[in-house]
Amino acid sequence: MTNHWNDIKNANLVLVMGGNAAEAHPVGFKWVTEAKAHNQAKLVVVDPRFTRTASVADLYAPIRTGSDIAFLGGLIHYLLDTDQIQHEYVRNYTDMPFIVKEGFSFEDGLYNGYDADSRSYPDKSEWDYELDDNGHARVDPTLSHPRCVYQLMKKHYSRYTPELVSQICGTPLKRMMQVWDTIAETAVPGKTMTILYALGWTQHSVGSQMIRAGAMLQLLLGNIGMPGGGVNALRGHSNIQGLTDLGLLSNLLPGYLTLPRDNEQDYNAYIAKRAPQPLRPGQMSYWQNYGKFHVSLMKAWYGDAVSAENNWGYDWLPKLDEPMYDVLKVFDMMYEGKMNGYFCQGFNPIAAFPNKAKISAALSKLKYLVVMDPLTTETSEFWQHVDDYNDVDTTSIQTTVFRLPTTCFAEENGSLVNSSRWLQWHWKGAEPPGEAHPDVFIMGGLFHRLRSMYQKEGGVFPDPILNLDWSYERPDEPTPEEIAREFNGKALVDLKDPVTGEVLLKAGQQLSGFGQLRDDGSTSSGCWLFCGSWTEEGNLMARRDNSDPYNMGQTLGWAWSWPANRRILYNRASADPSGQPWDDERKRLVWWDGSKWTGTDVPDFAARSAPEDNMSPFIMNPEGVARFFARGNMAEGPFPEHYEPFETPIGRNPLHPNSAAVTSNPAARVFRNDMEVFGSAEEFPHAATTYRLTEHFHYWTKHNRLNSIAQPQQFVELGEVMASELGIKAGDRVRVSSNRGFIEAVAVVTKRIRPLQVDGKTVHHVGIPLHWGFVGVAKNGYITNTLTPFVGDGNTNTPEFKSFLVNVEKV
Amino acid sequence: MDMNRREFFKFCGVGLGASSLAALGMTPEPAFADSIRHFKLTASKETRNTCPYCSVGCGLIMYSRGSGGRNVKQDIFHIEGDADHPVNRGSLCPKGAGLIDFIHSPNRLHYPQVREPGSKEWKRVSWNEALDRIARLMKEDRDANFVEKNDAGQTVNRWLTTGFLAASAASSEAGYMTHKVVRSTGILGFDNQARV
Amino acid sequence: MATQDIIARSATTTASPSVRQFDEVAKLIDTTVCIGCKACQVACSEWNDLRDEVGDNVGVYDNPSDLTADSWTVMRFDEHETSEGDLEWLIRKDGCMHCEDPGCLKACPSPGAIVKYDNGIVDFDQDKCIGCGYCVTGCPFDVPRISKKDNKAYKCTLCSDRVSVGLEPACVKTCPTGAIVFGTKDEMKEHANWRIQDLKGRGYENAGIYDPQGVGGTHVMYVLHHADKPQLYSDLPKDPAISPLVGAWKGVAKPLAMLAMAATAAAGFFHYIRIGPNRVSKEDEAAVEHDAAQAGTNSPDAGGTSDER
Repeated sequence: MTNHWNDIKNANLVLVMGGNAAEAHPVGFKWVTEAKAHNQAKLVVVDPRFTRTASVADLYAPIRTGSDIAFLGGLIHYLLDTDQIQHEYVRNYTDMPFIVKEGFSFEDGLYNGYDADSRSYPDKSEWDYELDDNGHARVDPTLSHPRCVYQLMKKHYSRYTPELVSQICGTPLKRMMQVWDTIAETAVPGKTMTILYALGWTQHSVGSQMIRAGAMLQLLLGNIGMPGGGVNALRGHSNIQGLTDLGLLSNLLPGYLTLPRDNEQDYNAYIAKRAPQPLRPGQMSYWQNYGKFHVSLMKAWYGDAVSAENNWGYDWLPKLDEPMYDVLKVFDMMYEGKMNGYFCQGFNPIAAFPNKAKISAALSKLKYLVVMDPLTTETSEFWQHVDDYNDVDTTSIQTTVFRLPTTCFAEENGSLVNSSRWLQWHWKGAEPPGEAHPDVFIMGGLFHRLRSMYQKEGGVFPDPILNLDWSYERPDEPTPEEIAREFNGKALVDLKDPVTGEVLLKAGQQLSGFGQLRDDGSTSSGCWLFCGSWTEEGNLMARRDNSDPYNMGQTLGWAWSWPANRRILYNRASADPSGQPWDDERKRLVWWDGSKWTGTDVPDFAARSAPEDNMSPFIMNPEGVARFFARGNMAEGPFPEHYEPFETPIGRNPLHPNSAAVTSNPAARVFRNDMEVFGSAEEFPHAATTYRLTEHFHYWTKHNRLNSIAQPQQFVELGEVMASELGIKAGDRVRVSSNRGFIEAVAVVTKRIRPLQVDGKTVHHVGIPLHWGFVGVAKNGYITNTLTPFVGDGNTNTPEFKSFLVNVEKV
Repeated sequence: MDMNRREFFKFCGVGLGASSLAALGMTPEPAFADSIRHFKLTASKETRNTCPYCSVGCGLIMYSRGSGGRNVKQDIFHIEGDADHPVNRGSLCPKGAGLIDFIHSPNRLHYPQVREPGSKEWKRVSWNEALDRIARLMKEDRDANFVEKNDAGQTVNRWLTTGFLAASAASSEAGYMTHKVVRSTGILGFDNQARV
Repeated sequence: MATQDIIARSATTTASPSVRQFDEVAKLIDTTVCIGCKACQVACSEWNDLRDEVGDNVGVYDNPSDLTADSWTVMRFDEHETSEGDLEWLIRKDGCMHCEDPGCLKACPSPGAIVKYDNGIVDFDQDKCIGCGYCVTGCPFDVPRISKKDNKAYKCTLCSDRVSVGLEPACVKTCPTGAIVFGTKDEMKEHANWRIQDLKGRGYENAGIYDPQGVGGTHVMYVLHHADKPQLYSDLPKDPAISPLVGAWKGVAKPLAMLAMAATAAAGFFHYIRIGPNRVSKEDEAAVEHDAAQAGTNSPDAGGTSDER
């Protein structure tokens, strides 16, 4: 979240789109109720289904799954067309005046530079600003230059007329305009809308661009950096935020640092590429500090073994020959027999990944699989034959499977990072059952053994394993406290003020913030973003002061929020260019007091940069402003464009009806054997989408009696019209099939899913909750992801769980 | 004892009625003060925690039996929301409200186990055996398939034949430790639940 | 909880202790804020150490599909299409309403098996329950359920164990959106009025409170978007009243019926000697008259004056 849970109460309008907050995050949704109760806020829900969130909304609009970019693009067009934007905000805080290179173009659904063979844009160099002789971007403050971002954006979305958008989305025109008009009201300075989204935007082949479109909308309305504003990803798991912050992803290192590619053989060039110079005069370009973060990380990991002489252990980091080895890539390799071992730590891929048949076949080709979990997962039992639910030939599966029992939350100390970016410490309340142990015990135990073997026996490239810093009190099981202190970081020598020479920190003392990090090896920090969480003052993540002096919900004394205990990101933008809040009464966040920035939150800005210095609020960007034009950062192009899901119920892209190449995302990666199992609307006529129910959490709570009572058995949701056409009544058993397999479940027949008129066709949605499996206390069911397609978003490769095609029959 | 007539009747009545009802198997009258359940949290131990499910990060109070004394095994028997927590202010959703059944799920794993190739069953093993065998498998695979240089002769130092899927609810400390160990081996097939 | 706090007991007409004075409490369920998440269901079972069977899905979201002896509250979901063609998903937490004039208590033949505390909570004492099921018949909301395990009647206690130590009921504490609130009945009415104002501002002209007078008002109340049509909410009765048979039972037929019940003959005797002709208070007379009137007219307006206390 750019903002945080409590801050939702400051909103004047709450848009829930691409999510179902009441159902998936009921307690966070409390703050929507608060906004409605005490801020007279309205709630607008846009969703294919009339959800539990919609049940308490002021306005609900149906939308066909996968068409959100059309909806948002149309809204952007409408706002620009009717001039309902926050003018002063966009002129000063966004890239609207920036002039784009001449080579940039968009025709027939493709940007310049497309390569059909690789399904990508190998050369994105023209997707950038025109620079002047000083290396600064050219701008046109009048916004009239035909290649300024404002004009390009206006042109791009001029095709998204209300009528066409209504055709693509299936949203009735009148209702759509009601929603747009309601949203447009927040263009007034000081009036804010918050967007709450979750996997309903993420899990599409164009998911990242949906989110970008949402962010662009918020920029147009001046809602980023504002209390009650922002683009708020409601993350799905308790520490998915923390694990992402800590870089547990194929191409990342802690703190959103990135691994090198093969061609980045030169260390200095690697750093320089990630530490861009400002693109406008007087801008901060905070990533210029990249080297400090990187070196401090390598010192935390490798201690004395790294120095300037060995480029801080640069060669010990693996390099990527692919953009990333994401889970789809890895399981495709596994399926092709190219992998031998796999570890699943608190993760159940056979249930959680698309196309179960492929996942199952892939796991069956492994030599060894290690599952660490507090619970019996389907993945650990993938080799068991369980009726039709898991129809496998056990004896033919040659995988050795280890299952290691782990502790659960109640049985260990540690921190979790919630969606608000708060690091919250928790305490152990009981011993684990049997011989269960924490993950750290397992990782420590494995590492310890591995290192001993490399020490004794030698082996291939043992250097990073032998040199990993492991100076923990008990090497077999480091404590959470030790680790937390390590990722905060410490001074390795006495740190002196560069100007006065005064000793700021003595060697060995905990750092108090990432501003103290250095790139000369004198500091260590395992995750620069978390630097400040465990200082010489102690464990700030354990703080429990919930006071809220300004009644803005910031509670700066509760736990610790990254970065720098800041609660709302980009909060400099909550003040106008002169440094005063856009709304001095209800939206006071930060302001310039004449000598420094201060406020109800920790200012996200250079503390002493006066407004007249003209430093812009988006300090992480080298241009200092927020981007409508993504430059080369997105796989599909700088402006979000609507592409159909890979399995589309209408078979064409109404924006480009005559070009099959751009029906679906032209820059999404598709593996050959998966393209073959995409289904067509002729065979599988209905649009399907998968989701969570409020009674369950993923594949965990089916192991809990209380939750199993509340929702005992697998079901699918069908609209009344469709059900009556198919002769299906509530409670009947139905078979839902895609081109990859089938599931059988109880039919819930509902008024809450209505047929939509899309591109001249009637489209029915089928809703498929995901919580069941073949082990658990709840009734056994089929793995929902038996049905879903093995294709991901063009940028993140997050699978397209939210839009695919099925057929439905009564059993 | 100063007893008026009404009280005398009442006294007798209670005595007689109670004995008669008791004779018929009904509960004696004076016991009705015990009829409602006693407040079950009295003298339990409270521990603060965070809900492990979604990302709201609700504060929990876990109530356990036992004083923490050496001779007792602490047993969590009730969980409810932490009213001091700024986000949840004491409330919990149906998942959080049922957390006690996660801790005590019949499907919690208690011992390391291995399923051998082709086998239809689990076999209990010791931690040492499990970790020794896994570490050996890792080393064998890494030594056989580690790529130090690519075809172009560039230093790449990666290990692609073993992958690692990290948790979504493990603590940041467990996550950090996992990352540190996994990257030191050169693994690139490394993701967490955020990917999906 | 001290015994002095009980102000009414089934099959007993002795005067209640009246020295201690407590405010009447109430739980207010705002259906317009409820998201049907079932946290209250789960928290109820968790707090009360109940574990119902893992059932089947019968084609709706409601699970368990009805109240049971092990599920003291359930969410009921109703899909309603407005005249404008818009959809409303009306979700109601069902459970004991804790009537001011509890039909269950009146119907119960076992002394002290059903009690009412002076804070308004109606509680079942399973030790004294004889499993006859009269409370089920007596309840205008169809709430009590007889357990198959022990043949005793069960229902929501309004967490009398929590309330007695100053805590709110478990469902109230857990409710994520604050759709369930708890306080004195007066405070809850005030809260309801504030909510109703907001709802009227959002176009719900008929928003209102549900506090049916036919049972003397209730200690569990609802805010409804359509207070004029409570039956839209999974058949919430518009004018609930205690069955005339129950009124007759208590007012006229009860002494005879009790004597007729062999198993409770002694109880009947006890009842007789305890009352005595000079021990009928004015309150008791009023109660009998009120019951007789109710039996005669079955009018909700004939309810007692107790809710105005």
